[in-house]
Amino acid sequence: MKRYIDFYLTLGKISILSQLQYRVANYFYMIGMITEPIIYLVVWSTIANQQGGMAGGYTPGQFAAYYIVWTLVRNMNIVFTPFGWESRIREGTLSMDLMRPIHPIHADIAYFAGWKAVVIVLWLPIAAVLSWIFKPTFDINLQEAIVFFIAIWGAYLIRTMVLTLLGMITFWTTRVSAIFELYFGLELVLSGRLVPMTLMPQWVQTASNYLPFKWTFFFPIEALVGSMTTRELWMGLGMQIFWIVLGASFLNLIWRAAIKQFSAVGG
Amino acid sequence: MNPLKLAWTHLRIGVMNELQYRVNFFIQLLQSVIALSTGLIGLSLVFNQVDNLAGWTRPELLVVMGVHLLMGGIVRSAIQPNMERLMNDIRGGTLDFALTKPADAQALVSVREFRFWQLVDAIVGLIVIGYAVSTLHSHISLLQTISFILALIMGAIMLYCTWLMVTTIAFWVIRVDEIANLFEGLYAAGRWPVSVYPDWLRTGLTFLVPVAFAVTIPAEAMTNRLTTESMLYAFGLTLLFMTLARGIWVIGLRSYSGASA
Repeated sequence: MKRYIDFYLTLGKISILSQLQYRVANYFYMIGMITEPIIYLVVWSTIANQQGGMAGGYTPGQFAAYYIVWTLVRNMNIVFTPFGWESRIREGTLSMDLMRPIHPIHADIAYFAGWKAVVIVLWLPIAAVLSWIFKPTFDINLQEAIVFFIAIWGAYLIRTMVLTLLGMITFWTTRVSAIFELYFGLELVLSGRLVPMTLMPQWVQTASNYLPFKWTFFFPIEALVGSMTTRELWMGLGMQIFWIVLGASFLNLIWRAAIKQFSAVGG
Repeated sequence: MNPLKLAWTHLRIGVMNELQYRVNFFIQLLQSVIALSTGLIGLSLVFNQVDNLAGWTRPELLVVMGVHLLMGGIVRSAIQPNMERLMNDIRGGTLDFALTKPADAQALVSVREFRFWQLVDAIVGLIVIGYAVSTLHSHISLLQTISFILALIMGAIMLYCTWLMVTTIAFWVIRVDEIANLFEGLYAAGRWPVSVYPDWLRTGLTFLVPVAFAVTIPAEAMTNRLTTESMLYAFGLTLLFMTLARGIWVIGLRSYSGASA
């Protein structure tokens, strides 16, 4: 156990230091990303105003809060992509990772987690500017803040599991971009990234309860911005743990089959 | 050498090259369909709540979405690949090979690449526009069609100029990949008519990234909103962008010192 903790701490620290060197690049990336929620925010505030101040139970101020927190959650959702797995396998760099006495996924989790620390710090000024422009209404209590803080890391782990599983497909075939796009399309609609889930038809909302997407996006945001009961908050964290464990188990199973497919070319 | 002839030759080579990979057509088609579906879902969510968005009805917004897809397809097939190659050439010093050719360098770097299959997006966009216009129940006049096409051409030119100006920054600053990413993010704003946005954002979208002129104005032409003034305005701005892009290109080229190719 100790060697894992050491490994995570060391790699996390390396990641923080190396990403701090690319502050400007990181900022451009994050600013490129905020246009998406601003578009949603503007459209939905317009609709809320047109309807006399509310749409789907959200006021313009609450939409602003939702989409500002959205920007942090979106950043927390960035993990090693399936496209990355494709190039790892195609170019054979995976061989080197396999030589290490530790499963390669630990390196991905640790590195991206360290990066998140930098991203959170860089995000704070962006959130301040967005709050100044869009005037969000926040009503946060301590419990919500704690659950939110845990939930963004839960979201990070769920998405790591799911996207790594998708990446595993590239052990068998490299023509996968269409599958990935399909996944990202589903995720956009079912996670709460496009709109808060409460704006979706009832059957979509019900379906999303049984899928992993919502627990990586809508749940963390809503934990902070919405008014969930204590039970709902902790049940949500429970669902996150469920998906992390399920994902990790599947990954473990598939990894064993996948790695037998791997024959390094170069590397 | 005649720039048009140059463009035509490169276009032919690009198409022939891409025709070797036919499966990519189906992959591209699937991706276009996914993009279209998420767009349609977004629209239907909006119209679950209201019957117009800032004065635009459902079929009218469908026209905007169609133009956005169409223009996006044009950018990704003809403009973006060239600019990405230019960026790599500046960074790697291989721009020498383009500069030493006996043709206008700006013309040459703008036509070297063509991603044929990306045009699937453009065709899907045209189909969406056609469908939306047919549900509008209004007669489309010849004048409307002509101004639509003119607005599209001017929009494409302005987007090209913006891309060129942004890419030219690579002569001074080497890492500009993120700027391309920023452009894509801003272009996504064109899915809705720019009149929806607050003033400061609309100004940015109009002058920094002329999304307004590339998407909203052609859509206005098709939905009977276009005024002669905005058409003239677009024309003037197109000329301004072309001059600016040329100027920045010429200045940028002076600070290029390949030497490593």
